[in-house]
Amino acid sequence: MKTNAITVAINGSIHHLKANATLNDAIEAIGIKPPFAAAVNLQFVHRQNHAQHRLCDNDIVELISPITGG
Amino acid sequence: MSTKTDPLVLYGESFQSRLMLGTSRYPSPKILMQSVDLAQPCMLTASLRRQAANADSSQDFWKLLQDMKTPVLPNTAGCHTIQEVITTAEMAREVFQTDWIKLELIGDDYTLQPDTLGLPDAAHQLIQRGFKVLPYSTDDLVLCQKLIDVGCQAVMPWAAPIGTGKGPINPYALKNLRERLDVPLIVDAGLGLPSHACQVMEWGYDAVLLNTAVALAQDPVAMANAFALAVKAGRSAFLSGPMQEQESAQASTPVIGTPFWHQP
Repeated sequence: MKTNAITVAINGSIHHLKANATLNDAIEAIGIKPPFAAAVNLQFVHRQNHAQHRLCDNDIVELISPITGG
Repeated sequence: MSTKTDPLVLYGESFQSRLMLGTSRYPSPKILMQSVDLAQPCMLTASLRRQAANADSSQDFWKLLQDMKTPVLPNTAGCHTIQEVITTAEMAREVFQTDWIKLELIGDDYTLQPDTLGLPDAAHQLIQRGFKVLPYSTDDLVLCQKLIDVGCQAVMPWAAPIGTGKGPINPYALKNLRERLDVPLIVDAGLGLPSHACQVMEWGYDAVLLNTAVALAQDPVAMANAFALAVKAGRSAFLSGPMQEQESAQASTPVIGTPFWHQP
């Protein structure tokens, strides 16, 4: 792994991002299509803060979208 | 009494239907839409999950939801901890643009029984965050009372475990809840037949929420309509004041004037 990179889990898959990556970088990494919502380490992150939310090594990112439900 | 003069009122908001419908397990999106068109539910439940490789399916469902023009009730299905519930609810609020949330906090994966010990705290925290919480619960009286105590303005006890279609497995408990609790009560989960829905509405329940009974019927559209009619029939029967059950037969036709009376 590059030393200037961080490792994060995005929807259960391991990704290597640049050291100063934000949540937007994680979103771009998996190419998720809107609408979706984001959480980092089980904490909701409002979409207005995606671009500012700096990710850390070993962060766990969840990006979820609407599906059918009962 | 028409639905216009007998609305379902939840958290101060009036609804013209007493049927809530899930959106899962239908044979096709088209059949889901036709079912909704015919049954006219007051809310449709939906959920959030990681996007599948085929991302179009999520976007297609999103468009379908918007086309159906029915209020959405997001759920927290699959959550096992209070933090999972809160985070999922916050995410649902952002995506679906609604404060409504169907609180599901699962305590047992086999029966999908709610975590009855954690449920009041989860509901309390959601209410503090401004959510209109409809908690999926068991039929335990003390649990339901505690949910009301923390601010839930309606409670959704199950009739039977989710997806079983067994109908009310503990009529005594459900009837007891209705007698003891003054908030709107919605039977959620376990209904399999329109007669089940009609039965609980006759007991005075305010609405029903179901999914599988419609979605897995051979003709979901017709079954959705059948449930809608059953809910209306049950509500009308409740409002009409049913007769008292009697132990002995009582002739309906007047006895006076019966011909051939006492003739040898």
